[in-house]
Amino acid sequence: MPTRLSRHTAVAALVAGVAAVALPALAADKIKVGFVSTLSGPSSALGIDIRDGFLLAVKMNGGKLGGLPAEVLVSDDQFKPDVAKQLFEKNIKRDKVDFMTGVVFSNIMLAALPEALDSKTIYISPNAAPSSIAGKDCNPLFFAVSWPNDAYHEAAGQFANTRDLKSVYLVAPNYQAGKDSLAGFKRTFKGQVVGENYTKLGQLDYAAELAEIRAAKPQAVYIFLPGGMGINFIKQYVGAGLGRDTTLLLPGFSADQDVINPVGASMAGLFNTAHWSPDFTNAANQKFVAEFEKEYKRVPTLYASQGYDAAQLIAAAVRDTKGKLEDQAAVLKALKAAKFDSVRGPFKFNTNQYPIQNYYVRTVGSDGKGGLINKSFNEPILKNHGDAYVQSCAMK
Amino acid sequence: MPGVLVLEQSLNGLQFGLMLFLLAAGLTLVFGVMDMINLAHGSLYMVGAFLAAWLVALTGSFVVGVVGAVALTAVFGMALEAGLLRTLYARDHLSQVLATFALVLILNDGVKMIFGNDLPLSAPAALAGPVELLPGLQYPAYRLLILGVGLALALLLWLLVQKTRMGALVRAGASNRAMATAMGTDIPRLFTIVFGIGAGLCAVAGALLGPLLAVQVGMGENILILAFVVIVIGGIGSIRGALVGAILVGAIDTLGRTLLQHILREFLPPQWASAAGPAIASIAVYVFMAIVLAIKPQGLFPART
Repeated sequence: MPTRLSRHTAVAALVAGVAAVALPALAADKIKVGFVSTLSGPSSALGIDIRDGFLLAVKMNGGKLGGLPAEVLVSDDQFKPDVAKQLFEKNIKRDKVDFMTGVVFSNIMLAALPEALDSKTIYISPNAAPSSIAGKDCNPLFFAVSWPNDAYHEAAGQFANTRDLKSVYLVAPNYQAGKDSLAGFKRTFKGQVVGENYTKLGQLDYAAELAEIRAAKPQAVYIFLPGGMGINFIKQYVGAGLGRDTTLLLPGFSADQDVINPVGASMAGLFNTAHWSPDFTNAANQKFVAEFEKEYKRVPTLYASQGYDAAQLIAAAVRDTKGKLEDQAAVLKALKAAKFDSVRGPFKFNTNQYPIQNYYVRTVGSDGKGGLINKSFNEPILKNHGDAYVQSCAMK
Repeated sequence: MPGVLVLEQSLNGLQFGLMLFLLAAGLTLVFGVMDMINLAHGSLYMVGAFLAAWLVALTGSFVVGVVGAVALTAVFGMALEAGLLRTLYARDHLSQVLATFALVLILNDGVKMIFGNDLPLSAPAALAGPVELLPGLQYPAYRLLILGVGLALALLLWLLVQKTRMGALVRAGASNRAMATAMGTDIPRLFTIVFGIGAGLCAVAGALLGPLLAVQVGMGENILILAFVVIVIGGIGSIRGALVGAILVGAIDTLGRTLLQHILREFLPPQWASAAGPAIASIAVYVFMAIVLAIKPQGLFPART
């Protein structure tokens, strides 16, 4: 048996070798995407929505991305940086994927990303877009198809100015994205920051912080608390009665559908800032929202829209390079051109491969069916907005 | 820091401490009386919270849901003790850790299969807002309920342990198990009852904290670590130690997140204070435990002398 096996292998190797010589630019016959995201635990709703948005785009294209049959390897990082790192390594070394994508949280992505970049694998970020990679650590293999960590917060700071709010109290978890976010808010906000509180990442009880806020008597409170943290904060904020004389401003993801449902009626009327809203009227978005609701029986979140756009970006690059994934320079060029109809409307990449796009104020209101949904203001609060770090990026 | 704020933060610390006490009370008895390390104790907290969320949705009544969840979790705990954990008492601590850790994983996935990853649970509408305790001091009504229930249960448990025959047997078992057995105590039955009470207290904490925090798979693991810290500080096997330890841990955690930050801001440049404050707050409890262990290795109120 061993001899027969080895002969087969030898023949196969020979055939493969001949094929490789004869057709040097042979297009790949399929595309493999490694998708690592947080799919369990308190913040799983985020990863699940990115995954569902991504897979919806593949499904709507008949199982293909840019004309090639797509295989998406989905795995759960369990909200743990070390697990994400191992999964990246497995996807890249064993499964030999063409693209990596999926991670929700910037601390997890920053731990796992070197696995991809060191082995020349392209990473399409459907969410995490930390300031470091926008600036000095920018990398030709890294594309953020979401929004820079600070952008929502810069938009919120600007909105606080337009509402004439003079004093604001800020809360964020004590990690990189938390600090980036509050820096973003302070960059545009012209009033006074009366307090800043950095909480433990994953903290669920905010009684102590709420008491501090009450004592500081700000006109408005702005929080950056993604996932379950934000849900608990808003619930407890309402329970503490702070909503009566303090305005709560939120970044879009803290007033998204996955927060509205568990918090309930007390979300009505809250303002938040985002680059996308389910009520956008562009054709790509209307199709996406309708198909998403049909497929999953729920309103898509920002995360779902970002997962969907990540898949669309990959599809556009595969299509424009006619499936020649081996030619990485061409693939990178096609990715950077971003020729796809984003559900957010106008979208292009900056030189650091972070987006330039519009940001809108949204308010939570009735969906006419007894539920609540986000509605966007017509005029963007920030137009064609990039990020503050692009100057320190060496890429041109 | 103004007086009203100190008072409010003290209430927050006390409320957190009392919830920790409910977890630590069962844990310290199981550890002290049965000499058994039960890592699955936090899973009973999770089971209690899920049963409460499920029963509240089913019956439409918060009280019925919580009471039902406590009763069911107590029964579940007793069944677990009689069916599985009893065989572990004779084994060494490592076997107990391994077996109960396996139980943590099984219960996590079991709950996920039955109820899903999380369940919604809200405070009753009547308690959703704040009440004015003093002029200028608004406190969430629901947190007051938790405070009341926690204090009442602490008192009840103290009476049970100090004033009843069963309590005397538990204390005897905790201080010298061999002697208690020799004196004719029916240890297996006592263990089952103690375990049931411990499970029920876990369920009270899980069900009451559910609406404030979140009812989700894995919720018991983080809080279990703090419960262990509490019983190590308080002295293993001692209910009084668990109460004092829990309130100390609750207070230190809350004050670390608030008062400490104010102090640091007074004495350090702002960027240092904002970097050091949260870092110190997250380890304050463990530093305190290390100090207690250095001075009193048996904990503050050792059950065995």
